[in-house]
Amino acid sequence: MAMLDVNNLSVSFATNDGTVNAVNGVSFTLDRGETLGIVGESGSGKSQLAFSILGLLAKNGTARGSVKFDGTELIGAPLSVMNAMRSNRIAMVFQDPMTSLNPYMRVSDQMMETLIHHKGMGKAAASAECIRMLDAVKIPDAKGRIRLFPHEFSGGMRQRVMIAMSLLCKPDLLIADEPTTALDVTVQAQIMRLLADLQRDFGMATILITHDLGVIAGFCREVVVLYGGQVMEQAPVEPFFAAPTHPYSRGLLHAIPRVDQEGEELNSIPGSPPNMTRAQKGCPFQPRCDYAVEVCKTYLPPLAEFSPGRKRACNRPVEAVI
Amino acid sequence: MTAVTKAAPLIEAQDVRVTFDIRREGDMPWTKPRQLHAVAGVDFSLNAGETLGIVGESGSGKSTLARALIQMLPASGKVIWQGQTDLLALTQHEMLTYRSAIQMVFQDPLASLNPRMTVGQIIAEPLKTHHPGLPKSEVKARVQLMMDRVGLLPNQVNRYPHEFSGGQCQRIGIARALIVEPKLLICDEPVSALDVSIQAQVINLLARLQIELGIAMIFIAHDLSVVKHVSDRVMVMYLGRVMEDAPKRALFANPQHPYTQALLSAVPIPDPVAERAKVMIPLDGDLPSPMAPPSGCVFRTRCFRAAARCASEVPLLTGGVACHYPGLLQQVG
Repeated sequence: MAMLDVNNLSVSFATNDGTVNAVNGVSFTLDRGETLGIVGESGSGKSQLAFSILGLLAKNGTARGSVKFDGTELIGAPLSVMNAMRSNRIAMVFQDPMTSLNPYMRVSDQMMETLIHHKGMGKAAASAECIRMLDAVKIPDAKGRIRLFPHEFSGGMRQRVMIAMSLLCKPDLLIADEPTTALDVTVQAQIMRLLADLQRDFGMATILITHDLGVIAGFCREVVVLYGGQVMEQAPVEPFFAAPTHPYSRGLLHAIPRVDQEGEELNSIPGSPPNMTRAQKGCPFQPRCDYAVEVCKTYLPPLAEFSPGRKRACNRPVEAVI
Repeated sequence: MTAVTKAAPLIEAQDVRVTFDIRREGDMPWTKPRQLHAVAGVDFSLNAGETLGIVGESGSGKSTLARALIQMLPASGKVIWQGQTDLLALTQHEMLTYRSAIQMVFQDPLASLNPRMTVGQIIAEPLKTHHPGLPKSEVKARVQLMMDRVGLLPNQVNRYPHEFSGGQCQRIGIARALIVEPKLLICDEPVSALDVSIQAQVINLLARLQIELGIAMIFIAHDLSVVKHVSDRVMVMYLGRVMEDAPKRALFANPQHPYTQALLSAVPIPDPVAERAKVMIPLDGDLPSPMAPPSGCVFRTRCFRAAARCASEVPLLTGGVACHYPGLLQQVG
């Protein structure tokens, strides 16, 4: 049985402009120690998907469907169950380390809190463990700097603190939501290398949420492409990057200028992402799709396996798109 | 400058410096402020119709440099326009005549548009400022033409910025900049706030317009792949100084400066085979504080090739690279 089993998960928000359907029937599974990348543009629902797994949706948000973690249902689970999961078995690293760390608390205090709560450790033991973890994420002089406040660290160092904090309880699953988007490219490279090393050493399963296909290519074994809150394609990274089979994935991959290649005109995708307040019928990508046919306006086939391990949701056959 | 012999560059920066006075909390009013050299002596030149890409991490001074060129910030040094006028020596009033020749596109597409003005008013404003005598019908016609050029629909002319997506707002910003037919367009991170598929639209638009209108462009971005795509020449900055300045092909194929090499190796490649095979040069630590930059070469504290000489002697930009030990990666090992 897979460690994480997400089945037909939907997330919607009640807003003044009507119901926003951020995630519409997403299913995937993740095994122990695996790495999954979720890629999508803004508004694709990738972050809300992550939040709903940990029960962190805003007050006006509702999640439906099922998320089973080691057999325990997380959707609609009581707070006591969720609190026992959070940080302890499933940990999360957020995009902006400045706003997700408490600015009024010393790094030592906010880190130790986790261990004291979940593991019942004493202060001295917790402190020693925190310093060990800060060492593991390669913060120089961890012992001296653990007493500092978050603002006294640089952006890259703050993200290291976040990562160290998330790993304290040795979680089985780490969800990293755009962990390097706010960082410079050299710092991004440092952080991604660190995450890869830690993932290997701790053997935790990792979901990496990002808009950057380059980061996914380096880190993940499998990729899920989200558009309009729905999974368009899911595949292991090697065949996916060699030949994506969904018109949206193809468009996305060819829209990226590459530093290792010469390119003339970028293959841009016309139009803009869908407005999620309107109820969708058919394929969300249909208005921007070069391959769309009449049926796409009314019907999107469910995600189906077309070759071992590779799935896609598209009315057109693979041969028509490649 | 003597008579213009061969074609002078469109714009030439000579030893441009921008210094900010920093007062710390608790400093007395009479305490001498400490100085932060955001741009510390930058030289470059740009020919008409050419694109210069400027890359660097946050804090490298690339945006400050762009703003200094058009007197949006006080700067010292010289910025020679068309081989004749030093833009930095002009008064604000004299500068006005040059403003229509140099226009700017900003990073945040929505924040750089006035929310209380319609798209038509926004695009027409520079035209009305620089050509006050123009009849209304002519202004309207030119706005329509420009909107068409950047891919906005004629019926969107009376809408307000908040009704547009980020990519469309950036098109409005581009239309506003181009309506006065500038010779130089300065783009400060024009696509970094946009989604990948929209980013490609805007990059293609800028590239197309540049060819059609024959304008020169200074393109500032932190994303090297984007810069590579649009530029003829690329300048790499670090802590307010130029590390390397070379034609695009040469810079990306054979980077000479260790910082350029490290920067290039850090860019993720959307191809798992290439990405995992690539040799990464790790840069340890953080950018040093610009308040107290390292002596000699500013990059030496993070450089894998640094030697004793680097701490004592500032490397000058010679042959397009500012390094005591330039060279290809393989040669050095």
